[in-house]
Amino acid sequence: MSIWEYANPKRFMDWTAPVMRVAFAVAAACLVVGLIWGFFFTPDETRQGSTVKIIYLHVPSALMAINAWFMMLVTSLVWLVRRHHVSALAARAAGPIGLAMTVIALITGAIWGSPMWGTYWAWDPRLTSFLILFLFYLGYIALWAAIEDADTAADLTSVLCLVGSVFAILSRYAVNFWNQGLHQGASLSLDKEENVADVFYIPLLICIAGFVALFVALVLLRTRTEIRARRTAALIARSQRA
Amino acid sequence: MPDLGKYAFEVLTAYAGSIAVLAVLIGASLRRSRRVKAALEAVERG
Amino acid sequence: MIALLRRDLALAVRAGGGFGLGLAFFLIVVVLVPFGVGPDRSTLTLIAPGILWVAALLAALLSLDRIFALDFEDGSLALLATAPLPLEGIALIKALAHWITTGLPLTLVAPALGFFLNMAPDAYGYLLVSLALGTPALSMIGSFGAALTVGLRRGGLLLSLLVLPLYVPTLIFGAEAVRRGVDGTGATAPLMLMGAITLGCFALLPFASAAVLRINLR
Repeated sequence: MSIWEYANPKRFMDWTAPVMRVAFAVAAACLVVGLIWGFFFTPDETRQGSTVKIIYLHVPSALMAINAWFMMLVTSLVWLVRRHHVSALAARAAGPIGLAMTVIALITGAIWGSPMWGTYWAWDPRLTSFLILFLFYLGYIALWAAIEDADTAADLTSVLCLVGSVFAILSRYAVNFWNQGLHQGASLSLDKEENVADVFYIPLLICIAGFVALFVALVLLRTRTEIRARRTAALIARSQRA
Repeated sequence: MPDLGKYAFEVLTAYAGSIAVLAVLIGASLRRSRRVKAALEAVERG
Repeated sequence: MIALLRRDLALAVRAGGGFGLGLAFFLIVVVLVPFGVGPDRSTLTLIAPGILWVAALLAALLSLDRIFALDFEDGSLALLATAPLPLEGIALIKALAHWITTGLPLTLVAPALGFFLNMAPDAYGYLLVSLALGTPALSMIGSFGAALTVGLRRGGLLLSLLVLPLYVPTLIFGAEAVRRGVDGTGATAPLMLMGAITLGCFALLPFASAAVLRINLR
C-alpha cells in the first residue's frame, strides 16, 4: 500500500467525493464567518479607514494565486516523473483557479490603492510580478486548450510550467531591481513586529483557511470533471473502434 | 451595516468584484462538472 | 553541427522573407513611435532605449515560428532527430542561427535607429552592448517557445503569448542597463545579470527545447 494508490483514477474518484464535500463545507463556513467578521465586526484602521477591510480578500487570494502555481509545478513534476494521469489533470484543473485568484488579488489591490496611494496602478515590484503571473496563467491555460492529444498536452504544459516557474522567479527579482516599491512588507510573518494588529489578524486567518479550503474543493471538483471527460472520450473512442 | 465612512464605495466594490469573480469560477466549474457527468452517464448507458 | 548551421543560414538568406523582414519590422516600429508619442525631442530621448529594446524584442518574435515549423512540416526535423547529433545540439544550433539572422543584425542597426529617436549620445555604447548580450537569450527562449508550439496548426499567436512573459527579465535588465549607463549610476550590475541570464538560457534551455521536440515528434 503506497500513497500512489490514491492516484488510481477509480480510487481517486472514490476518496475525493467525501473529501470534496467536506472541503466545500469548510470553505463556505470559514468564508462566511471570516468575511462577515471582517466586514461587520472589525474596527477601522486609523490611517486606512474602512479600506482595511479589503485585506480579508486581498491577502488570501494573493496567497492562493502563488500557491496554485506551486501546486501546478508539483503536479507537473509528478506527471513527468511518474506519469500519473490524475496528476496532470489536477495541474490542468488548478490553472483557471489560480487565474481567478490572481484577478481577485489585482482587482482588490487596485481598488485599495486608489484612495491609499492615490492611484489604481503603480509599477511596483509586487504588482508587476502579479501581472506577469497573470500572463503566465493565461499562456498555460491557452496551451492546454490548444493541443488536442491529451498526453502531448500534459507533457508540453508540464515543461512550460517548469520553465515558466524559473522565469517567474527571475522576473520577481528582475522587477525588484527595476523599481522600488510602494507595497508594504509582509502582513503575515513570524516576525511579530511587522504583522497586522491582532483585531485584524484572527478574521484574516479564518479567511485564509476559507480560501485554502475553497481551492482544495475546486481543484478536486475540476479534477473529477476532467477524469470523467477523459473517460467519456475513451469510451466513445472504444465504441467507434468496435 | 457598519459605517464605512468615506471609503464605502471602494470597500463595497472590492467585495462585490471579488465575490463576482469567485461566483463565476464556482459556477463555471459546477456547470462543466454537471455536463460532463451527464455525458459520461449517457455514454455508459450506451 | 557546423553543416546544420550553414544550412539554416543559407535557407534563411535564400528564402528572403525572414531575414530582411525582421529588420524592416524593427525600422517601422521605431518610425511609428514618434507618430504615437509626438515629435517632442526630449520625450523621445527619454524613451529611446526602451523603444529600441521593445522593438527588437518584437522583431525577434516575428521570425520565431519559422525556426522549427518549416523543418517540422517537410519532415526534416524527424530526420534530424534520428541523426547522430543529439536533439539538444540541434536546438542550440537552431537558436544560434536565429540569432545570427535576426538578433545580430538588429543589434548592429539599433544605434542607427537611435539616431532617429534623438537618443542621448552616451547611450549608444550601452545599447549596443546590452543588445549584443541580450538578443542571444531572446533567440534561445524563443526557440523553446517555437519548439512548444511546433505541432500546432495555428501556433503563431499562442507562441507570442507564451514567449513574451518569458522575455520580461531580459527586457528589464537590457533597458535598465542603458538607462543606468546614461544616468551614470553604473550599468555593470544589470549587464552582468543579463549576461548571467543569457548564459543560463544557453546552458539549460536546449534540454527543455529538445524534450519538447521529442514530445512533439512522438
